[in-house]
Amino acid sequence: MLNEFLQLILSGIAIGCVYGLVALGFVLIYKATEVVNFAQGELMMFGAFIALTMGGLQFMPFWLSVVLAVLAMALIGGAVERAVIRPVLGQPIFSIVMITIGLGFFARGLASLIPGWGTLTHRLPTPYADQTVAFGELVLSAGHLMIILVTIVLCILLFAFFRYTRMGVAMQAISQNQLAAHYMGIPVARVNTLIWCISAAVAAIAGILLAPITFVHANMGLIGLKAFPAAVIGGFGSIPGAIVGGLIIGIVEALSGRYLPDGIKDVSAYVVLLAVLIIRPNGLFGEKLTKKV
Amino acid sequence: MRFLFKTSYNQDIRLFKDRITMGWYLALGVVLLVLPLLLGEYYLSQASFVLIYAIVGLGLMLLSGFTGQISLGHAAFLAVGAYTEAVLSARGVPFVVSLPMAMAVSAAAGFVVGLPALRLKGIYLAIATLAFGFIVEVTLQQWESVTGGSMGLLLEPVTLLGVTLDSESGFYYLALGLTGLTLLILKNLLRSPTGRAFVAIRDSEISARSMGIGLARYKTLAFVISAAITGLAGALYAHKLQFISPEQFGVFVSIELLMIIVIGGMGSLHGAFLGALFMTMLPEFIAILREYLPSSLAYQPGLQPTIFGAILILFVLLEPAGLYGRWVKIRTWFQLFPLYRKGLMKREKSYVKSDRLS
Repeated sequence: MLNEFLQLILSGIAIGCVYGLVALGFVLIYKATEVVNFAQGELMMFGAFIALTMGGLQFMPFWLSVVLAVLAMALIGGAVERAVIRPVLGQPIFSIVMITIGLGFFARGLASLIPGWGTLTHRLPTPYADQTVAFGELVLSAGHLMIILVTIVLCILLFAFFRYTRMGVAMQAISQNQLAAHYMGIPVARVNTLIWCISAAVAAIAGILLAPITFVHANMGLIGLKAFPAAVIGGFGSIPGAIVGGLIIGIVEALSGRYLPDGIKDVSAYVVLLAVLIIRPNGLFGEKLTKKV
Repeated sequence: MRFLFKTSYNQDIRLFKDRITMGWYLALGVVLLVLPLLLGEYYLSQASFVLIYAIVGLGLMLLSGFTGQISLGHAAFLAVGAYTEAVLSARGVPFVVSLPMAMAVSAAAGFVVGLPALRLKGIYLAIATLAFGFIVEVTLQQWESVTGGSMGLLLEPVTLLGVTLDSESGFYYLALGLTGLTLLILKNLLRSPTGRAFVAIRDSEISARSMGIGLARYKTLAFVISAAITGLAGALYAHKLQFISPEQFGVFVSIELLMIIVIGGMGSLHGAFLGALFMTMLPEFIAILREYLPSSLAYQPGLQPTIFGAILILFVLLEPAGLYGRWVKIRTWFQLFPLYRKGLMKREKSYVKSDRLS
């Protein structure tokens, strides 16, 4: 009984880490540019597909194809920012929401049109597939363990990046006040592009981590819709909040799938979201948004 | 170019700007009335869909275009209206009673969603409404005793005051009448103090509050009215299709409903109609396009979302004022010919538009 419970918590944490990583992508972009990227899940899907295609070429090792896929996604992320997002910056939030929703539609449709990707479900071959790791009586699949480890490493890296590098500090400055950052000589537009690169790269990592669990298909980006509650619960402007939000959603889903009636699992994330929004409208770690005159 | 000299304040809020405009709308009304004589069954049925989408567009336009609240879950209100109508009409409730009931239940749902909306802004509201949409969709799937689960529900044609409207033209006239009524009510609402309050909230919540507008009251009201109108469209939609299932009211439908108002043109009632027309015609165009594409591409299910997404992106990038904005530009060009300048309609760009404390 207790073991089953712990087992559920563990797999919830693993899935929650993926939600957290996707949510992290939202939060990075939102903090810097106040754009909410509804296509984050689709960036993740593209990352997984690119890794799949690279892996399918056979001549490079798995790790190299992962690195290349992440780099490719970083380039795509930057290109999307330059082409589509920068022209609408400063317009009402509605336009920006609609344009990223349009991007999501476009990316999802495009993925199913590309030959070799299509509407089928693919399996991303990983060297750690089908292995399990036992902790006493608890058994964790290597895929789940990998997700948790990579998330921890990535969080440490991002933390160090924002804390200790010039560029990271510049990004923090932009997220606090764009105009002041601009006056201080920070190239705001270029840094924004870079943030999209990082966010797309994080999304690609999330996609590759998720691939052994849900497989790779054109609709896998819909998990982005689960990552929204994670980001909002965390407060949409907070990087640790995104991970914590993701973990909460992951654990709640795992438990409600086991102990509550059918169908509750699919909405549990949204019920938690609404509950948090009603109690704390700016999320658990959110900044206060009321404007003063 | 015609010049309008305003000599009284009442002139500002007239339903029609002047007699010539009134004449044009009368002509349009006549064309719409004789449309069943001109169109075949299929196109008349499409025309009914345009009217239904236009009603949804009007409801959503009131909320998003005039009050500035984003809703990513509007298909849920459509669903509530459609299912209420389906359940009631299956129990033998006459249409004249069940339609207001469907609107009332939908309005109640709007009230519930509107409650958190009082405290939420911008993106938080968008995601809360998205969550509401999901919850309604899953509820419809799981509550099998009432909604029939994913098997869906079947409906009979509308019976209005003893007359069964089972022909295409009968339903068309019903939809036309209800669309006209909705439009008139909205038009009147928007020129009343309530409507002015909505627009004030859209333009600046702080200014609206300073002018003594109760944000809580008006935001909830906008949600309730918008949901009621969408519920009305939902009831019509259910009768039009005569079969409803939860998949017809998913999140992507909500986004297509938003596309109606974005493509039509935010903040104009004309836009709701233009957008509805565009969104009904788009699948037809895609069907024609398929014939010219290589067969490996033409029958992929991904083709339609790709085109939808591309059109949405292009509209927001190139014509944020939508089809109606484009029409206004073309009209102005002819009115001012040859004096039209390129920058005439250019919107002021503001780079430091932040919701953050500073």
